[in-house]
Amino acid sequence: MLTTQILYALTGCVIVALGLRGALLHASLLQRIVAINVMGAGVFLLLIAVAYRGPGLAPDPVPHALVLTGIVVAVSATALALALTRRLQAEQDDD
Amino acid sequence: MNPTSLLVFDALLLLSIVGLAWASLATTDARRCVILFMAFGLVLAVAWGRLLAPDVALAEAAIGAGLSGALLLAAAHGQPRPLPPESTNAPRNHGAAGVGVVLRWAVTLLCTALAGTLAWALLQVFSSTPHDMLPGAISENLAASGVSNPVTAVLLNFRAYDTLLELAVLLSAVLGIFALGQANPGYQPAGPVFDGLVRWLVPVLILTAGYLLWVGAHAPGGAFQAGAMLAAAGVVLRLAGRSRIGLPDGFVLRIVMAAGVGVFLLVGLALLLLGRPFLGYPPAWAGALILLIETAAMLSIAATLVLAFLGGQPQSTGVKAAADRQCEGISRC
Amino acid sequence: MINVLSAILILVGVFFYLAGSIGLLRLPDLYSRLHALTKADNLGLGLLIAGMALHSQDLLIMLKLLLIWLAVLAASATSAHLIARQARRQETGP
Repeated sequence: MLTTQILYALTGCVIVALGLRGALLHASLLQRIVAINVMGAGVFLLLIAVAYRGPGLAPDPVPHALVLTGIVVAVSATALALALTRRLQAEQDDD
Repeated sequence: MNPTSLLVFDALLLLSIVGLAWASLATTDARRCVILFMAFGLVLAVAWGRLLAPDVALAEAAIGAGLSGALLLAAAHGQPRPLPPESTNAPRNHGAAGVGVVLRWAVTLLCTALAGTLAWALLQVFSSTPHDMLPGAISENLAASGVSNPVTAVLLNFRAYDTLLELAVLLSAVLGIFALGQANPGYQPAGPVFDGLVRWLVPVLILTAGYLLWVGAHAPGGAFQAGAMLAAAGVVLRLAGRSRIGLPDGFVLRIVMAAGVGVFLLVGLALLLLGRPFLGYPPAWAGALILLIETAAMLSIAATLVLAFLGGQPQSTGVKAAADRQCEGISRC
Repeated sequence: MINVLSAILILVGVFFYLAGSIGLLRLPDLYSRLHALTKADNLGLGLLIAGMALHSQDLLIMLKLLLIWLAVLAASATSAHLIARQARRQETGP
């Protein structure tokens, strides 16, 4: 149980909560997408903090691979969400 | 390294991360929100470096801060500035606008409770000794995996199936974007300063991508970071108003998009036919197979991310004169 | 000896970064803010990189750090130019 791990993991929890609050309460779709990305970043902080083993030791590579996958999936989901937002605004402007 | 100074460094870094996230979500201006989010991503990359995760740091800086930021900034460009107050959004956004003070406080309390529960669960995890069964198994089998970077070994050998599915997710996201409409109108041709930068930056980016792909076998790097560099080259060409941004036309584009998943599946099925398990590389061939799959994945990821930035199917070049096309972006026509 | 020199270079670089940030916050105009930011931050980065290169004492790392500095210089100069040009066009009207 390393101090570094605890610090970073707690920050990850705080950022997940911040992101979720932003995703639920914001009015603009774009800012909600940003908030969901922030939530994802908090989850990544949690994973990588769990993988850390100490200053000289090699960290656990499995959460690193999970987070790499997560970053790529998050950007593709963001791209799809932005395309949906644009289409939604185009449809609303046509009304 | 002095532990107290490291603690001070950690505290400052974490305060900046939380502060940037807060500021990004507290502002009402769309552009400011996105730019603060990009800064958040970059400081997060420093945190990954601190936690000895260099592959993740490279990917976060390139994809998480860079490409996500470019996508969001392009989307924020169309927003009115500053955002109209929430009451005028009430008929459009179901239930999000016009939220009362009580509801805001209730949501804030619930999110705080969520953070507390997560923290409690994590402290339970940390108070027990870490299971080193997986890392032990990985370091034992690393020599037979074909690469010496453990993260690349996990991504492309031990858990190759997850990476195959991830490439399929990327492909489906782009197919969804295709289904939603045409690409964004392009940008005006760049002035001499930007054009000059692009002329030497794009070859350097391509070279760096090739280097990252090759070095991923024994040092931080790999297909995802390399694909992100190539995508950055495509995005920069697009922003400079070039008509040709490195994407092939028509049928070849579809082959490149599907190449990541396709080569992965072909390798897996060929191994099945040879009597080995699906994606179970023979140790003598593992390095070469991983390089082959990574090359196809790099091209596929790059094409997919550039298409995501374009926002749809690219308009065929040369059909309309550039002057006829709608101009948008950096400056008006 | 080399460590002391590299520490001094890094500290001076940090001072330039601080100056650039204060300029970003306090200067009145977009153009003067851009000016302060690009000049001070690039010089600060150059000093930081000089300090790190001295500390590493490895030729390959020094060359990579130099490449990073050149790339950041070019990119920040170009972005400052684009921002200033756009602001100018918005001022003088379409």
